[in-house]
Formats: sequence, structure tokens, C-alpha cells
Amino acid sequence: MNDFARDPVRADVIVVGGGFMGAATAFFLRTHGLSVILLERDLIGQAASGTNFGNVRRQGRYLPQLPLAHRSRDIWGRLPELIGEDVEFLPSGHLLVTTRSDDGARLEQYAVDCKAWGLDLTMMTGDQARAMFPMVGPEIHTVSYSPHDGHANPRLAAPAFGRAARRAGAHVVEQAPVLSITKDSTDFIAETADGRVYRAPMLQVSSGAWGRKMAALFGEDVPMAPQGPQMGVTEPMPYRVAPVIGSASSVTDEGVYLRQVKRGNIVFGGGRRSTADLETKRARLDPMNTLRQMPQLARLLPAIARLRVIRTWSGVEGYVQDSLPIMGPSERVSGLFYAFGFCGHGFQLGPGVGATMAELIATGHTDIPLEPFRVGRFQRNAANAAAYSPHA
Amino acid sequence: MADPVIVVGAGPAGTRAAQRLVQAGLRPVVVDENERQGGQIYRRQSENFSRPAEKLYGAEAARARALHTDFEALRPHIDYRPGTMVWGVAEEGLLTVRDRAVATLPFSAIIIASGATDRIMPVPGWTLPGVYSLGASQIALKAQACAVGGAPVFMGTGPLLYLVAWQYLRAGVKPAAVLDTNSLATRLRGLRGMMTRARVLAHGVRYMAELIRAGVPLHTGITPARIEGREDGVTAIVWQDARGRLRRTACDAVATGFGLRAETQLADLLKCDFVFDRRFTQWRPRVDPDGRASRANVYLAGDGVLLRGADAAETAGRLAACALLQDRALPVGTDEIADLRGILATMDRFAEGIASAFPWPAHMAAALPDDTVVCRCENVTAGDIRHAATALDSPEINRAKALTRPGMGRCQGRMCGLAAAEILAAARGVPVEQVGRIRTAAPLKPLPLDCTVTP
Repeated sequence: MNDFARDPVRADVIVVGGGFMGAATAFFLRTHGLSVILLERDLIGQAASGTNFGNVRRQGRYLPQLPLAHRSRDIWGRLPELIGEDVEFLPSGHLLVTTRSDDGARLEQYAVDCKAWGLDLTMMTGDQARAMFPMVGPEIHTVSYSPHDGHANPRLAAPAFGRAARRAGAHVVEQAPVLSITKDSTDFIAETADGRVYRAPMLQVSSGAWGRKMAALFGEDVPMAPQGPQMGVTEPMPYRVAPVIGSASSVTDEGVYLRQVKRGNIVFGGGRRSTADLETKRARLDPMNTLRQMPQLARLLPAIARLRVIRTWSGVEGYVQDSLPIMGPSERVSGLFYAFGFCGHGFQLGPGVGATMAELIATGHTDIPLEPFRVGRFQRNAANAAAYSPHA
Repeated sequence: MADPVIVVGAGPAGTRAAQRLVQAGLRPVVVDENERQGGQIYRRQSENFSRPAEKLYGAEAARARALHTDFEALRPHIDYRPGTMVWGVAEEGLLTVRDRAVATLPFSAIIIASGATDRIMPVPGWTLPGVYSLGASQIALKAQACAVGGAPVFMGTGPLLYLVAWQYLRAGVKPAAVLDTNSLATRLRGLRGMMTRARVLAHGVRYMAELIRAGVPLHTGITPARIEGREDGVTAIVWQDARGRLRRTACDAVATGFGLRAETQLADLLKCDFVFDRRFTQWRPRVDPDGRASRANVYLAGDGVLLRGADAAETAGRLAACALLQDRALPVGTDEIADLRGILATMDRFAEGIASAFPWPAHMAAALPDDTVVCRCENVTAGDIRHAATALDSPEINRAKALTRPGMGRCQGRMCGLAAAEILAAARGVPVEQVGRIRTAAPLKPLPLDCTVTP
């Protein structure tokens, strides 16, 4: 038994926050041979990581984020060999669909632009899409098809990475809220609610919607606010709908999406988001939003109208003002790293974020472009940042 | 005009609550999931049936008739919404659906009288066709004049086991056996409490005596081993008698129940505080003696909060209405409240007697074979839950649910949740209250996607 296993209060890296990003980072840090302590306030993957839709989607992303998404997609395909389970990842394809010609034109343009970023999409008319996927609704007239995207089970993914990290030798501490983080001449010192003190020369903040509070401890404010996605699931029907189907509508209430799991249930979400509370750690599911989603879902997939909704849920997600995450090194404190605020689109990125952050922390370098996600990008208009509200 | 008071449920508690509000000059909305008022114990038969009350309700015929006729008299004074399911709570009000029409009902206060369901303990084979909950077998008889089988076995525990078996006997269906997991010695422990209501106790004794006289085998202290059958139904139940011998009873149906579980989901959606009630070994909303929940303007009455039976539900319904009137500074006699509290105190002692005479056999959950299905919606076995408890390190039931799916399906854990919690607790070696309870989410029951919304 080495010193670390005996007395796991000091490590090379402390990861604060055991969502998908933190759990995956801890896992990949071990593959670089660094010792790591992962501190999770509740249980691994309970907030946004465990309650999101489960989209493993690259298409439609901000183009400079695609290298990260590609890296992540590659890892998604290798999960059984890496972490010992597939977390129900199905590379069953992804359809972005529209009923409006202006949205259709946007999709066409994206399909052209993303080629240079290494993503190949197939554009289809509604009829072409229906020939291939007969369940798609008659109103759909433009479809962008990404054949190698898909979906996975968010309830399983982060906990699976957490267990894999633990098996690989990470010290994973659950139900350990971090009360304070300070830094002396060499180490970050994190104190948890049970009075334990953990030390490491490097520290990553991956606290999701709570990341703002953590970054603020080091004088780096980020304009961000919590919101809750409005999710639901139907009773099962025979497995017929392979691809994820998402609306690319520019009208908020039309922007719903759905996926069928192999058990037969159809998971859905989209449209408006609801309020979330960082103190109670609860996001509100407004059942009126479920009612708003229903007719929109039936436009994408008319067969869904014959099913019943059996459950709805939400979770606390962190939304940054420019809808891009905070990812990369601190610009004020050496040894400090950030990966939080993934604005409701972090699930696909999880494994890639873990691999990239671990690489950055272990080697000081990564080829994945992170410039658009740097923490300091809001500094010039700090006043705006402080006043940011996503509902305004 | 101020928003109305909503009474949810038109069983004994809901009916008496609504009646008291009407007496005070209010016009409550009464939302009931059943097409006809009466609740479960006083469930009415379909309109085209004409069996007399005596035949349907036995010794409780007079009470049943009173509850029904009193409600009919209320009809002009209430906004009655039968066949209507409450499925959610929004800022705009209570969300209901009838047929496929969703309505939003604003309210100034709400009295929840949502009743209870059977409490289910899985047994190997319990998902075979021909296995019913006790309540379902009673509904078939009362509402439809149908028996669940020609030679049914009633297996489980609790007074309802004997009542329903007796009702079947009276209807001309001789039960193949009544199998009670609790021993006579255990039952005697509750005797003192049950003596507080000698009349009710006498009824129970009478049911048993008549079953015995008719030659129905009654066995106590049994442990069910498995229910056997084919795709087309049940053929037998195998059980261990009190002396440990394995026995087999041929039958064509099994009705099973282990006491009751309060339907508490609506109070959970309304964010009421919950407590673990040791007497009934389950979580329930916290209420004061008159039925006030932890949140203002929310009241609870009947078996939906405290499992004290139909008579107590009538009293508690009236008392909850009095509490509401009192909170609005409307005139209520302090004598009335004191009287109702006094009646309920007796009911409480009786209910505690019943609970200690027929305790929930938690140990059976721990002993279930790994391949027994616990959550029938999602086909989750006892072994899956134990895997969640140990290999996946789930300290509480919602985590186990997230990782291995018990309670994820159509019933949202209403049927399997209590047994799943026992299995998890046993596998973790902690008291059951420590693994918590399944969080409630809308819709409370499945909601059709093609419903229409009336503004």
C-alpha cells in the first residue's frame, strides 16, 4: 500500500465536484499516473449530469467546440474497454429537423460549415427522411442527419466514471461538501463539511451550476445562472425509433427533442426552461411546460400521441451568458483549472472534457482549442456580467 | 371572488370534509378519480347494478348508505368533478385530467383525502396473471359483481384479508384458503388496542368464524414460498406453515395485500414535510391532530395520511374541514372540534392495535430470492436492488432507482416502493427510514400525450 492509499489527504490534484466532468477528469488523471482526490458534495452525477436528456450529439454545436466533441465521441465508442460498461450508449444517429424554411436554411449552412471541422452531415428533405425513418412526422421538411451521433443514459454515465476512477486508484469522497478552498505557497487546501482537510498543488473546479461561486473564491467572476431543463418520459412502446430526433426551430416552444431507449420508453425534453435554486439544489419542473411540449413532440413523431407520460423531472444546470462553458486554466491562480457551466449541452462532451482536462493538468498542454471557453472572456464588461440573468 | 377550496377524493374523508364546508356556506370543488362517489370501502356498484347495500357492505350497510345519500344531498352545493384524476400542481393551480381534457383549478386551500392502496410484498410468481391485490379483488366484486377466480387464495396480512375473503364467501365463491403471515400470538399483541372498538373487533371475529364454519382453511404464521402457474394463470400457491413444513394449495387466483399504504404523492408535490411513522412503518405527510399539513392551506384526512380506517376517515374529514374554517376565522364550535378529536383518539388506539396485530413482514423482503421481480413495471428484481445497494453503493432509494430502475415505471413506485426500500435497507444493514422514500414527480398517474388543455 502506498502513502496515498493510507492517508489520502494529499494528492497531485483535487477535483471539486463529482459531476460528469469531475468524474471523467479524475478517471483520466489516473491514466496519466497522477494521484487524485475527487470531492463530491452529494453523490456522483446527481445534478445536471444525471438529469439531462442524454444526447450524444455533435451536430448543431458551436463549430470551434467540435474538436472537443469529436474527441469525446471517440471515447463514447470505447467506454466498455475504458470503464467496463457502455452506459447504454447507442450510436443510433441524430436527426435535427425543421418545419420552417428559414430554420432549414440555417441547417443547410451549418452542414456546409461543419465540414471543415470534420463533421459530415447528410441533408435530406422531409420525404427522403421519411423514406429512411418512416416515423418522422409529415410536417417535417428539412432534416440534417448525423449518422454517428446517438444517445446514452445520463443516470449511469457519471456514476460509472466515478466507480472506474475509484477502481483506477482515485480517492473518491461522496457526501463531502467543500466549505472552503485556500491556497498557500504550494498547495490548495480544501476543507470539507466533516472537518477534513485535503491538499494538492493543483485543483480543478468542476462544480457545474455551482462553479460560479467556486471561481469567485479566486476572484474570477463569470456571468452565469442556474436553470432547469424540463424532461419527461413516456410509457414503453416497441423499439422503433433509433435516431434521436430534435427540433432545430428558432421558436422556443417548438424546440423539443426525443429519443427512444431500448426498453421502449421515449425520453423527451426541450422548449422553455424553468427556475433552479442553488441553495435547495432543486430545479422546478413546471408541469405547464410538459403540456406545452406534448403537441410539439407529436409534430416530430406523431405516434407518440398515443402514449402516456409517466414521469417528469428537472435538474440544476449552469448557463453562462454566451452559452459556452468555462474550461481551461485559471487566469489568476497557477495550478487552478476550470471545467463547469456547460449550459445544458455538456453530456456529450463529458468524456472528452475529462480526457482534455486531465491532459492539460498532467502535461500543461492540449491540442484541443479551449480559447473560446477561457474564464477571463467576460472581464472587459464585468458590469454586464454581474447583472446577468438568463430570463432577462 | 376568492379561489375555491378543493377537496381531493370523495370517499368517507372527502365526503365529510365537503359536507362540513358546505354547512359553513362554502362551495368546494370535489375532485374524485372514481366515476361514482364512495371511495373504496363504500365503493358503489355500477349504475346498472342493483344489489342491496346489505349485500355489498354487510355490517357497514347503514354507514355506506348514509355516506352515499348525504353526498347526493351535497351535489347542488358543490362543484363535483367525478372521473377526474389530479396529476400535478402548477403555480396556476391543481392540474386535473378527465377523459383527455386537462383543467387547471386555482384553489385557496386544499383538503387531500386520497385514501390508500394495498401494501404489496412481492412473492416469487406474484406477477403471474391471476394474482390481484386485495383491493382489486374487492373492486371486482363490489363494482362489477365479478370474482377474481372460482377458488381464490387470500394471502398476506391485515383485517382486510379476512373481510374480503368473507365477502367472497358471501357472494358464493368459497376461498381455497386464507393465509396470514402473522401468527395468532402476534395478533394478540394488538388485542388491547383493538378492544377500544369492540363492535368492529366483533365483526372481524365473526368474519373468521363464518369462514371457518364454511370450511375455509385459515392458516396463520405462514411464509409464502411462491405462486405457481402458467401463462394463462395461477395454479397453486406454495407456502411454509408455522412449523416450517412446505405446503401447497391449489387455486386459480391469489389476492394479496399486507395492510395499506397511504397515497401521499399529492402532498409531496405540494412540498409538505414528511415524517416516518413507526406505527405504520412508512413515510407520510406531517400533520397536526386536526389534519393541518406543514404548508399553510393544505389539510389531509383519512387513510391518505393516517391508516385508521373508514370510520376514522369520516371523523378526520370533518375535523380537517373544521380546522380550515377555524384558520379562516369562520365560526366553528370548540365543542365540535373537541368531540371530533376525542373520537379520533379512540380510533388512534384501535389503529395502533391493528398495526401491532398485523405488522408488515419486513423480514420477508430481506429473504426474497434474488430473481424475484419487485418492480413489475420495469422488471427489476430483488437481486438488482441488492446490486444497487452493494456494488453500486446506493445509500438511499432514489439513487438505487436511478441506477437500477425500481419505481421508474408506470406506477412510479407506488406499488413496489415500500418493498424496494426494505430490500435496500436490509442489504445496507440500516433501518428502512434511513433509505428514504421515492421522490414524487408529476404526473401522479400516467397522463395521455394527446390530452387537450382548456384555458
